[in-house]
Amino acid sequence: MIKIENLTKIYHASGQKIVALDDVSLTIEKGEIFGIIGLSGAGKSTLIRCINMLEKPTAGSILVDGQEITTLNKHELRLTRQKIGMIFQHFNLLSSRTVFGNIMFPLEIAKVPRKEAIKRTHELLELVGLTDKANVYPSQLSGGQKQRVGIARALANNPKLLLSDEATSALDPQTTRSILQLLRDINKKFDLTILLITHDMNVIKEVCDRVAVIDNSRIIEVDDVLNVFTSPGSPTARSFVNSVFSREVPAELLHRTTAGGDREQTWLVRVAFIGTSAGEPIISSLIRKYDVEANILYGNIDRIKDTPYGNLTLELMGLSNDLQEAIDYLQSRGLEVEVLNND
Amino acid sequence: MIDSWLMERLLVATWETIYMVATSTFFSYLFGLPLGVILVITERGHIMENKVVNRVLGWIINATRSIPFIIFLILIIPITRLLVGTYIGTVASIVPLTLAAIPFVARLVETSLKEIEWGLIEAALSMGANTWTIITKVLLTEAKPSLILGVAITTINLIGYSAMAGIVGGGGLGTLAYYYGYQRYENTIMWATVIVLILVVQGVQFLGEKLAQKASKNRG
Ligand SMILES: Nc1ncnc2c1ncn2[C@@H]1O[C@H](COP(=O)(O)OP(=O)(O)OP(=O)(O)O)[C@@H](O)[C@H]1O
Ligand SMILES: [Mg+2]
Repeated sequence: MIKIENLTKIYHASGQKIVALDDVSLTIEKGEIFGIIGLSGAGKSTLIRCINMLEKPTAGSILVDGQEITTLNKHELRLTRQKIGMIFQHFNLLSSRTVFGNIMFPLEIAKVPRKEAIKRTHELLELVGLTDKANVYPSQLSGGQKQRVGIARALANNPKLLLSDEATSALDPQTTRSILQLLRDINKKFDLTILLITHDMNVIKEVCDRVAVIDNSRIIEVDDVLNVFTSPGSPTARSFVNSVFSREVPAELLHRTTAGGDREQTWLVRVAFIGTSAGEPIISSLIRKYDVEANILYGNIDRIKDTPYGNLTLELMGLSNDLQEAIDYLQSRGLEVEVLNND
Repeated sequence: MIDSWLMERLLVATWETIYMVATSTFFSYLFGLPLGVILVITERGHIMENKVVNRVLGWIINATRSIPFIIFLILIIPITRLLVGTYIGTVASIVPLTLAAIPFVARLVETSLKEIEWGLIEAALSMGANTWTIITKVLLTEAKPSLILGVAITTINLIGYSAMAGIVGGGGLGTLAYYYGYQRYENTIMWATVIVLILVVQGVQFLGEKLAQKASKNRG
């Protein structure tokens, strides 16, 4: 759906050169929800704004649905933009128009006949659940409702692509969840490709299929969200993952347990389980099969999009080779196992 | 000694002032509003960035605004003559009033339009809006309350200017106050004019605020 190649963006501000995007290449498939995460100033907004040419790239190519957009003339660009929806952190609704008027605005721009536009607006109001707010002005809406209007407006011309620039960053966690749910619904319903940027790993966790990590103007990691959560490939990715699932082991636990030597040992082990194995009684069969004792220190189960994802920190006690066998067993059952005090 | 003669003079002069001010407000917006829009959209990073146009226009506006009105009046007598055939009288006054107000209006409009958040323009751009749509449906519509207040300010300024024009034979309340009040020491006429002027200015301000409030009703 989107193919970005060697995209570079350099700003010139007061005689200074700021490289906001440095040779970025990225492919986003049709129908997926793709997230781009990065810290403030990493270049996220610049990247997403290049895709509808709100920002003109310094170099590189961007194909949207097979069409090179960096070389379009003004008129072509306007037509292309009508087919790419965008939602914003601060909603950007016209205060002089009602909810209805705001949603109808892109239809007016696309010169959709009035009757048809009104009909479409009603459909969109229903889609985002704001039929009863049609004649209300944006100032009388909550943040979540405003973003719903933003989403309805972005979908008005049946786009194939939706760009979201921190669309939930100004919302509380509960409202964020409902907006993300709406994004998932429309992704499924219309097979709409969604590209979203965020600095919140929870957003990635709840809706994205794949994620790119951007750091210092460069893409440093692109992977399935599950993979990034289970085995982050960069320190930046790891710290984002840790911001959602606390993976740090308290220091006193690491000291209490011992490793090495021939006698009875205590290993501190972290087990991550994904998907179906979350439901199997693996730990109990582990204890039955091997001559080890297990002590559960900490555990949690969460979801990454639709996949259950659990984390368990165990203390395993036994002889060194028994412990090793036990760990091999866990790994053979498809679990990610990491020995934390074995260095 | 407010007799019927005075009353009539006062009414005629008030009407002349209203006519002059209303007409010149209208014409100053006819030219000043587009100029204000051009000032904004040709700015760096805006939807029709154009450094040359922006600089030149800004310079001309500043230059015209720095000439005191009373000097401006005399300076443009040839232009007034050319356009109206005379430089005395109510109709003739409309020319300098309008010309002096155009740059003022352009700056007022510019200020109003700049209050609009860039995000709104960006949203419209992302929907594929063209420049005309952004000007009419985003900039001017969103800035409406502020623009209306600008019209009130312009009108009030023009009332003041029209009195000055009156002194050099422009007609209206200015001429009345000058001839009878200043040259013939008729204090009653002087005070009557002042009272009428105060009432008109208050009325304009009140109306402007009411209309602006109405336009911004329900907005956030
Ligand atoms: N119009 C501009 N002129 C000059 N520099 C800019 C401009 N826009 C962005 N930058 C710079 O480019 C870099 C990337 O900015 P960008 O807005 O893309 O970051 P971001 O990842 O979206 O950050 P945030 O999470 O804070 O929104 C920053 O160093 C920023 O200062
Ligand atoms: Mg940003």
